[in-house]
Amino acid sequence: MNFDFSDDQKQLRDEARRFLAEKCPPKAVRAVIDGKAPYDRDLWKGLADMGFLGVAIPEAFGGSGAGHLELCVIAEEMGRALAPVPFSSTVYLAAEALLLAGSDAQKQKWLPAIAQGHAIGTLALFEGTGNPSPKAIKLTASNGVLNGTKKPVADGAIADFAIVAARTGSTGRDSDIALFLVDLTSEGVEAKALTSIDPSRNQAEITFTNVKAELLGAANEGWSILSQVLDRAAVLIGFEQVGGSDRALEMGRDYALDRIAFGRQIGSFQAIKHMLADMYVSATLARSNCYYGAWALSTNAAELPEAAASARISATQAFQHCSKNNIQVHGGMGFTWEFDCHLYYRRSNALAVGLGSLSHWEDQLIERMRQKNAA
Amino acid sequence: MNFDDTPQEAEFRAVARQWIAANAPKELEAELTKPNAKRANEKRDAMLDVSKAWQKKKADAGWACLHWPKDYGGRGATPIERVIWQQEEGVYDKLSRPFAIGQGMCGPTVMAYATEEQKRQYLPPLASGEKVWCQLFSEPAGGSDVAGLRTRAEKDGDDWIINGQKIWTSGAHYSDYGILITRTDPNVPKHKGLTMFFLDMKSDGVEVKPIKQANGMQEFNEVFFTNVRIPDSQRLGAVGDGWNVSLTTLMNERMSIGARVHTGFPELFDYCSNLMLEDGLAIDDSNVRSKLAGWAVKNSGLTYTSYRSISALSKGERPGPENSIGKLVSGMMMQDIAMFAADLQGASGALVGGDAEAGGEFQATILSSPSMRIAGGTDEILRNIIAERVLGLPGDIRVDKDVPFNKVPTKGR
Ligand SMILES: Cc1cc2nc3c(=O)[nH]c(=O)nc-3n(C[C@H](O)[C@H](O)[C@H](O)COP(=O)(O)OP(=O)(O)OC[C@H]3O[C@@H](n4cnc5c(N)ncnc54)[C@H](O)[C@@H]3O)c2cc1C
Ligand SMILES: Cc1cc2nc3c(=O)[nH]c(=O)nc-3n(C[C@H](O)[C@H](O)[C@H](O)COP(=O)(O)OP(=O)(O)OC[C@H]3O[C@@H](n4cnc5c(N)ncnc54)[C@H](O)[C@@H]3O)c2cc1C
Repeated sequence: MNFDFSDDQKQLRDEARRFLAEKCPPKAVRAVIDGKAPYDRDLWKGLADMGFLGVAIPEAFGGSGAGHLELCVIAEEMGRALAPVPFSSTVYLAAEALLLAGSDAQKQKWLPAIAQGHAIGTLALFEGTGNPSPKAIKLTASNGVLNGTKKPVADGAIADFAIVAARTGSTGRDSDIALFLVDLTSEGVEAKALTSIDPSRNQAEITFTNVKAELLGAANEGWSILSQVLDRAAVLIGFEQVGGSDRALEMGRDYALDRIAFGRQIGSFQAIKHMLADMYVSATLARSNCYYGAWALSTNAAELPEAAASARISATQAFQHCSKNNIQVHGGMGFTWEFDCHLYYRRSNALAVGLGSLSHWEDQLIERMRQKNAA
Repeated sequence: MNFDDTPQEAEFRAVARQWIAANAPKELEAELTKPNAKRANEKRDAMLDVSKAWQKKKADAGWACLHWPKDYGGRGATPIERVIWQQEEGVYDKLSRPFAIGQGMCGPTVMAYATEEQKRQYLPPLASGEKVWCQLFSEPAGGSDVAGLRTRAEKDGDDWIINGQKIWTSGAHYSDYGILITRTDPNVPKHKGLTMFFLDMKSDGVEVKPIKQANGMQEFNEVFFTNVRIPDSQRLGAVGDGWNVSLTTLMNERMSIGARVHTGFPELFDYCSNLMLEDGLAIDDSNVRSKLAGWAVKNSGLTYTSYRSISALSKGERPGPENSIGKLVSGMMMQDIAMFAADLQGASGALVGGDAEAGGEFQATILSSPSMRIAGGTDEILRNIIAERVLGLPGDIRVDKDVPFNKVPTKGR
């Protein structure tokens, strides 16, 4: 058994960490939060130059073809650094959907552009309150023409193209849902930026009025493709959450060592020690679940749906737990705009619902475990 | 990243599996699969005989204490081979429970500090289960604070004379030997005046009194020492170095990773999959699902954490204090899960044994699980270990650190 990343992959992680420490300090995150730019363009270009955007894209489509384990270690670092770029929407959602279901022409058009940092992509799935479900998709597609509204769409206001989930029938079956690839510069597309709990990442509402779009994958398989994309993204975002959890835990630990109250380091009070120990436990369990997810993702294992749901739940819990208690350890300072604690807290709360809520994934996990047991 | 055995590991696994298939007491499998399987309880009980028979059979074929040198009754196996054996042994590992403390904690201490002759004499029968050992550390005055112990050892010629009391000693009532930590110098601060010995539990002046536990069973004991003589040759480590010796014992707990993680989750999942409530199967209820999912990811998280430790082990790295999370998480889970299962049963959840639903397994766990959060390091001590050894936070302020032991206060109020 070797349930660990390889030395090369660990080296890649170190490289990504060094790169992000230099190019993505908290100051860079704050520039986006303060509204100076919708995302960090220099960082995006840097990520392309480093080859990080195309790490899981095959060489034939302009990537380095290294693989998904490599993408996992980069994802962890992106989460740790709170990178204010459309990485997850472009790389985990749009590129994964293209890789799974795109035609050769579609892949040729978009994947090299993604790898080079020239195209930002996203997934337009949600339509207001609710979780991923075929029933919740009302936006219609008839004869390749889309009408309806998606909200929220991560990075929707800065994306060049979107994979759009649309309704093509009303039989009540999953096959009513098809995926479409839409160039967001098309006529009839209107994107409006929305305000988010985590302003370091963009959210938008996109209205489609008689927009011509091309199918992505078979018309009756949209939901099945989408489910696979969400599972894959759940693992990758899980790594971002693990990176964020670790950083929040470290910040809390460091502050507990520096801060003196009642004549002692606050890290010498057991209330604080035990809080940090519990954060370590959550972060460790999440990391282990995500490693299993990484294995399933990289080998396309039959276990992926269950592994992805476990990674998603565990990592969501860990990041929220670590980021909120990091604020707690910081006392009043943790509740200031100036300290970075709230940046992690914000990100953890945005990621927690970005692929559908915790209860949705809990339900999915148990359903999947049950089906496995029944089989 | 993979779960595959290396060719050598695969070969080893195949041999182990074959031997277990041919030799394990299969008639006990169903009983052993129960979370609260019958266990050796009394000095003369059938379960202890069964355990000893299985242990002896394993030892004769070279499957006992695998990682110990052959000369001491082991197999000279690598750490990873030991893990593979544990995986293959499955539920039969429960039969080894009476030997767990002796083989897991006492044996390694003897191995580190006894003479060559003693090791050859005492270790093989410990490995084969013919002799059972217990760990005489905790006292009324010190469990977590084991260095606060008060049992005295005084030198008398070539012997030491022991007076005092131990408590919570698991299996003392069926043990042949024990390792014993004592105070040899009360005039120095508490960690400095300790000395470790091993002794024959049948020595004159040793009295074992079983303690009835909160769950009604009797697995641990009080052990009284009245002028018990131990030859100096049975001292483990230097006089006054008992604290360091005891750390060797306690560190060895961490090496026992790889055994299956018991959290109670698979049993609960099974139960909920079949339990009919007013509105249908329990597992279809969204509240039940949410609870199950929360425990599912802890259960899998612990399993995969142990896989990560095994991988480190197979690369020759030593497992560190981060392994403390296993007992911390699983102890709490056991208790919470059992309470949740009883809650699903409504008023019937208050019944136990044959009168209860599901064979009373969950109620038995409700009653036994508090001990899991205490024995072998309480939840709080484990959190301290994680905070101090893993995260590098300051140690607790120790008011008794530099005070001679006989000047330390003994009453809270
Ligand atoms: C919204 C807000 C409004 C406020 N308004 C006022 C106000 O109007 N007037 C005013 O005077 N103050 C005010 N405060 C300050 C507030 O009282 C302090 O923030 C609070 O007492 C904590 O002190 P601290 O921030 O220095 O944190 P610290 O004391 O440094 O605490 C940091 C962490 O260590 C823990 N800790 C500290 N000591 C111990 C201990 N002995 N045992 C265990 N854990 C310990 C704390 O619980 C915390 O988790 C306000 C704070 C906030 C956030
Ligand atoms: C089933 C069972 C089997 C056992 N078998 C053995 C055995 O074979 N041999 C043996 O030697 N011992 C054995 N023990 C004893 C066990 O190791 C002790 O019970 C345990 O270490 C706790 O010590 P204590 O009972 O004295 O509780 P205390 O140490 O008095 O603890 C009481 C409470 O205070 C808390 N506490 C204590 N110190 C601290 C601290 N520094 N910081 C925060 N909280 C603290 C504890 O967490 C606990 O909640 C067994 C115990 C049980 C329950």
